[in-house]
Amino acid sequence: MTAVDGLSLRVEPGEVVAFLGPNGAGKTTTLDMLLGLARPTAGSVRIFGQEPADAVALGRVAAVLQTGGLLKDMTVAETVQMTANVYPNPRPVSEVLERAGIADIAGRRVGKCSGGQQQRLRFAMALLPDPDLMVLDEPTTGMDVEGRRDFWTAIRRDARAGRTVLFATHYLEEADAYADRIVLIRQGRVVADGTTAQVKNLASGRLVRATLPGADQVALAGLPGVDSVEVRGDTVLVQAGDSDVVARYLLTQTPARDVEITARNLEDVFLALTTDARTAEPAAVATNHLEGSIR
Amino acid sequence: MTTTTVDRRRPAFGGFTLANLTLEIRRVLRNRRTLFFILIMPPAFFLLFGLSNRGQTLDNGAQVTAYIMISLAVYGAMVATTSGGAMVAVERAQGWSRQLRLTPLRPAAYVATKVLTAMVLGLLAVLVEFVVGAVTGVRVPAHVWLFSGLAAWLGSLVFAAFGLFVGYLAPAENVMQFLGPILAILAMLGGLFVPLEVLPEVMRQIARFTPVYGVGELARAPLAGDGVSGGALLNLVLWSTAFGFGAGRLFRRDTARV
Repeated sequence: MTAVDGLSLRVEPGEVVAFLGPNGAGKTTTLDMLLGLARPTAGSVRIFGQEPADAVALGRVAAVLQTGGLLKDMTVAETVQMTANVYPNPRPVSEVLERAGIADIAGRRVGKCSGGQQQRLRFAMALLPDPDLMVLDEPTTGMDVEGRRDFWTAIRRDARAGRTVLFATHYLEEADAYADRIVLIRQGRVVADGTTAQVKNLASGRLVRATLPGADQVALAGLPGVDSVEVRGDTVLVQAGDSDVVARYLLTQTPARDVEITARNLEDVFLALTTDARTAEPAAVATNHLEGSIR
Repeated sequence: MTTTTVDRRRPAFGGFTLANLTLEIRRVLRNRRTLFFILIMPPAFFLLFGLSNRGQTLDNGAQVTAYIMISLAVYGAMVATTSGGAMVAVERAQGWSRQLRLTPLRPAAYVATKVLTAMVLGLLAVLVEFVVGAVTGVRVPAHVWLFSGLAAWLGSLVFAAFGLFVGYLAPAENVMQFLGPILAILAMLGGLFVPLEVLPEVMRQIARFTPVYGVGELARAPLAGDGVSGGALLNLVLWSTAFGFGAGRLFRRDTARV
């Protein structure tokens, strides 16, 4: 099975990039290759023009992974200190604890820390070499709401200082809230890449649905802002940038009833773009949008 | 951002530092389980089963209690070094090895730290046993303290390799739970709990080929005073080579896996 296929990504310094895709899209495999934890079957991986393992050893890249284990019997501060000791020129332990927002639990045993605190500990460790690129692989999986919020507060504070952050997630709201740029990936390929606003624009427009026997397709398609009209039996489906015009027309000029207006949001774009195009109908629509508006 | 100001280089010695060795030693010393099995249990065995032989002597006039004390020092040291080596397995099972691969630490530096920690723990085990012996009346010439102690300690290096080897074979958090009984059986066959002379002839022959036999014989040789036996030395060398080679092979396989 091919997990990642010809994926190429250019990330500018200082960007916060979300790597968004469903489970099995190839996010973790890509990041593992980037970090030298996996080797591509064919081709090569270079980061800052270096072998991934070299970039990691030199502290240019650091990461917070889903799986990296911690030693439960050590305290938070000891864990960071032990990691700091292997770097020739680390940031001070107290500083990274502070920046990760865990200075107050420095003396706590790792085994007694919550999932969110353990992730912030991993983040503190990743801050030690003061990396140029911070890689986060689904960093908030399994965290409760508060833990997630605290974790992202710490990451954002750090990113504001100008660090490049690349994070994988399958939470839309995370990508939406914390990224400057979203890269949607499906089956190991990039299917959309743009600023958060651009990707959200893919989703602009609403779907108006109504029961209207014998609907006049041509008249509906002629309304301003209508992208597409579809008739299924007595039901008519209208995709439109301006749903108000369509709704007003339907309610005042036709005997239409059961009028429903639904917004297409980032989730629809996400679903559309990341579901197999052959099985999911809306994907074709969204992909056509994509070709025109992004890249 | 700080790209231009950060001094990017690799750590010396693959990331091995005395600071981390110290941290590691402090860490094992506060593990109550470890302390019990390594520093409490062997001396307790001596007090319970060794002291009852007070007043008895070997053929050459040496104290039987000294013989038992040295045997139990070997036992303490081998449990210490095995558990030290097996820590690698425990930490692999916990995913710590994977975490370390995100740092400049070289696997060899990591393993070296573990083995040195194991050896420090082994030395402590020997010292504690000897101190308890001395306090309760064991009297042997200075050279016996020294050479028996060194043999018990350095000989236990083979068990650091054993712990590593088994740890790579069966990476589990509870690896010491099944290693403990194995060590007890090996210690029995190595003549650490009862003199091999009391075992049936067949068992005695088998015992000569088990991994504790060599180090046990060598550690007691200064006391018995009849010189170093070639068989014991060969036993130690062969088992060290076997475990060392096995651990080395599995270590390379483990680190090559990306």
